[in-house]
Amino acid sequence: MNEAVIPSAALPKGPFGLRRNLLPAVLFLAFALAPLAVAFGADPFFQSILIRIMIFAIAAISLDLILGFGGMVSLGHAAFIGIGAYAVGILASHGIEEAHVQLPITLAVASLFALVTGAISLRTKGVYFIMITLAFAQMIMFFATSLSAYGGDDGLTIWTRSQVFGSDILGNRTIFYYVTFAVMLGCYLLCRAMVVSRFGRVLRGSKENPVRMEAIGFSPYRFQLAAYVIAGMMCSLAGFLLANQAEFVSPAYMSWQRSGELLIMVILGGLGSLHGAVIGAAALLLLEEGLAGFTEHWKIILGPLLVLVALFLRQGILGLLTGKKNND
Amino acid sequence: MRGLKKVLLSAVAFAALGGVAQAAPAEKVKIGLVTTLTGPSAVLGQQIRDGFLLSVQQNGGKIGGIEAEVIVVDDEQKPDVAVNRVRGLIERDKVDFVVGPVFSNIAVAMFKPVVQSETFFISPNSGTSNFAGRDCSPYYFVTSYQNDQMHGVLGKHAQNEGLKRVVLMVPNYQAGKDSVAGFKRHYEGEIVDEIYTSLGQLDFSAELARIAALQPDALFTFMPGGMGVNLTKQFRQAGLADKVKFLSAFTVDETTLPAQRDDAVGFFGGANWAPDFDNEQSKAFVAAYEAAFDNVPGTYAMQAFDAAQLLDSAVRGVGGDLSDKDAVRAALMKADFPSLRGEFTFNHNGYPIQDFYLVKAAKREDGKYQTEIVEKIFDDYADDYAGQCRLGS
Amino acid sequence: MSTTLLVVQTLNGLQFGILLFLIAAGLTLVFGVMDFVNLAHGVQYMIGAYLAATFTALTGNFLWGLLLALPTALVVGIILEVLVFRHLYERDHLSQVLATFGVILFLNEAVKLIWGAAPLGVPVPEMLSGNVVLMDGVLYPVYRLVIIGAGLAVALLLYFGVNHTRVGMLVRAGASNPRMVSALGVNIGRLFMIVFGFGAMLAGFAGIMVAPILSVEPGMGDNLLILAMVVIVIGGIGSIRGAFIAALLIGLVDTLGRSFFGDLLRLFMPAATASQTGRAIAPMLIYILMAAVLFFRPAGLFPARR
Repeated sequence: MNEAVIPSAALPKGPFGLRRNLLPAVLFLAFALAPLAVAFGADPFFQSILIRIMIFAIAAISLDLILGFGGMVSLGHAAFIGIGAYAVGILASHGIEEAHVQLPITLAVASLFALVTGAISLRTKGVYFIMITLAFAQMIMFFATSLSAYGGDDGLTIWTRSQVFGSDILGNRTIFYYVTFAVMLGCYLLCRAMVVSRFGRVLRGSKENPVRMEAIGFSPYRFQLAAYVIAGMMCSLAGFLLANQAEFVSPAYMSWQRSGELLIMVILGGLGSLHGAVIGAAALLLLEEGLAGFTEHWKIILGPLLVLVALFLRQGILGLLTGKKNND
Repeated sequence: MRGLKKVLLSAVAFAALGGVAQAAPAEKVKIGLVTTLTGPSAVLGQQIRDGFLLSVQQNGGKIGGIEAEVIVVDDEQKPDVAVNRVRGLIERDKVDFVVGPVFSNIAVAMFKPVVQSETFFISPNSGTSNFAGRDCSPYYFVTSYQNDQMHGVLGKHAQNEGLKRVVLMVPNYQAGKDSVAGFKRHYEGEIVDEIYTSLGQLDFSAELARIAALQPDALFTFMPGGMGVNLTKQFRQAGLADKVKFLSAFTVDETTLPAQRDDAVGFFGGANWAPDFDNEQSKAFVAAYEAAFDNVPGTYAMQAFDAAQLLDSAVRGVGGDLSDKDAVRAALMKADFPSLRGEFTFNHNGYPIQDFYLVKAAKREDGKYQTEIVEKIFDDYADDYAGQCRLGS
Repeated sequence: MSTTLLVVQTLNGLQFGILLFLIAAGLTLVFGVMDFVNLAHGVQYMIGAYLAATFTALTGNFLWGLLLALPTALVVGIILEVLVFRHLYERDHLSQVLATFGVILFLNEAVKLIWGAAPLGVPVPEMLSGNVVLMDGVLYPVYRLVIIGAGLAVALLLYFGVNHTRVGMLVRAGASNPRMVSALGVNIGRLFMIVFGFGAMLAGFAGIMVAPILSVEPGMGDNLLILAMVVIVIGGIGSIRGAFIAALLIGLVDTLGRSFFGDLLRLFMPAATASQTGRAIAPMLIYILMAAVLFFRPAGLFPARR
């Protein structure tokens, strides 16, 4: 009975359970070793695709934190990608290129935006939450479009990548790869630690039974808001990296279609496991890349694939990998 | 687990395949064609792809007498996707030339990676002001126009005709604001109102009511794609067509006319070419294009066709040796090909110097619609930003 | 001049609102009764428009086009229901989002394969193509008045159907307490199919009616879907009355905001700043409105449940 109050059954007993950790370990190891394949003659461009996958994986992990564990379906998560990207773009256009200046500003702006919009959005539930997060994302997108000093709708080229104490090491692709990898791994581990902590258990409890959480003295609102702000800051890191990778920022990064894609990544990979989000990001982007090389009408293949996943794989791709068909 | 490995493995295989396929430059010319093939604007991207491939096909699949491999890539009209795909073309496929894209914001995003890798970048459509001026590059060539020029044609026409009161209406984004600037550069009359609509707006009834109330001599507008279709239909339905002269850029052309039909007939646009252009190569091109694709080519297809011809002439000019970049650049600069629009030369910034015309939408005898040339507005018009470009000539 | 402009713009806002209502009505029913998030509702609107274009071209008459396209839109909706959607009613919202998103991708691309990427046009029917004089010097297109009229008729029909028929009663009951309805032995599967098919047909009807004034192109439903979602959220999910009022509200705010917001600001600030701020804020207005409504009424204006 007590377990229902603060559920811990959803995760296995110890944080070091082998079966549970094998898949994420293999997954991250694969990402860590992938540049070796390049060293052994694979195409260097493969590394670029992986960087892009990892950047979206970071955003998807942060979304999974609030979606899979907090039950907050946000259709405005891409706003934070945009905030991170525009922080780099706008600062760089004013000659502020140092990462140690850009990063704190990125995180501060993202946390402020998350705090204000989260405080208002969390008053609503369910579909109303979906739509109000969408509304805020649309507002900031239109705002970016109106910034004609920073390219407006055309976007803004970043002529110099973020500098690390005066050196341009992020320009080196392998270093940038491992920086992105480190951020992804860091976000993943942080989220893992959070969801098994008391904070995480209250968060999951609030998703499953908010009334009961309130009854035993926790305010779901404050916990949800905290999670929302943390997820927003994490996602802005993805924006920071995306701006540096593409060397370009544009309001298109914040469109609701982008937010939708992030949702699709998380659901496709498998909700509420964090590494499922990484798998989902990889699967969607690789499918897109592979199918687009195959035919210009690739969406006619991708669409039914998604329908099939929704119909037959209750836990997304993760369910397929672990053999678990149903985890509802 | 197995599933994941498969995905990763196939990705490796997919990447490796691209790597193997490279050949010595003199045996094969590789061209990456980046264009928009999905989404509402796919029709523009298709014209560019079809126009380019038509020229290659007419040359027996060759560019400059060398076997050509054209890799067509969809940018999905998303800047970051375009950046990623074009990097793939440069790094994985090792293309000799990048041709594309349709839209300026995509071009702005692609510019840095392409130019920095010292790959020649040929734009068959978008021509932004910054790459014509301040940020011009020796690797960037434009076979279309500088965006402002198309708008300037209408401004100049309004000025020539002595139209006294004009309303401007454009979508509220960068290209829209540039359009207003381009029009104003050549028009000195009174601008009664500047209306900014939201991008992708479907219904213009609110704006048209305002225009009807203002009773101007003419409306100048820039509404590409579906927006233009909606606007012309609604403009006609609101009964304004007989009272207000309709001047537009990128609003009434061969890609939108099949939907606008009679509603747009008699409306004016500005262009550097039209399907009824009177020279041998142009007539042959229009006939071949219509036979192959069953639609009327617009400037998009024409400029892509010319881009392929440009590459053909340059590769021929250097005898197929693409390793000497300066020689290739010099050969491109000559623009030694029979352009569909007749006279065509490059300015020192890689943008064209060409004539511009006032065009008018018309219904042909076979029931199809096209734009037709009314009069020449500018003779050998070089863009207004070339002066800011420091490239030596 | 300013009052006549205001009258015309109000009519325009009304017409836009009616259009939104036609799409939102089906969406809010499906949502309210079946608790089903149907992102593919927008593509059903697009399909209606394409069918109208095809049948009008075939028969040479818009009325025939309408009469043929309407049942076809219904059939397409029911096919989708049988093939995909009915297997998802028991599932969580997120599976529904994934599946219906897949349907959007598929149908948008399928439309492009069948009809080509270039936009299509449907001429306004001859007898409805003129303008009427509303007052001195104010013309208004007849066809737009027809849209307003048709939309109001549908709204009345819906009101009658939902409030005074057996199916309507079940729909209302389903919206407020779906479990109870199925416990009472109602064939819930059939009810769902009827509601779904009807919703698809309404969206198709909206698509057919706008075909003569808007360009028919792939993806035309995507942005309208978002606006329809805004409408049903403001109105309160499952509430037809709420959807009607919210749709008119959104239509009016968007249309009037676009044309007068800049002028309004001019009262408070210099003209140049006013028009610039107005331009930046006008497209955001409906989202600001939605955020404000949800701030004060987190379940919309007319919550159907509880």
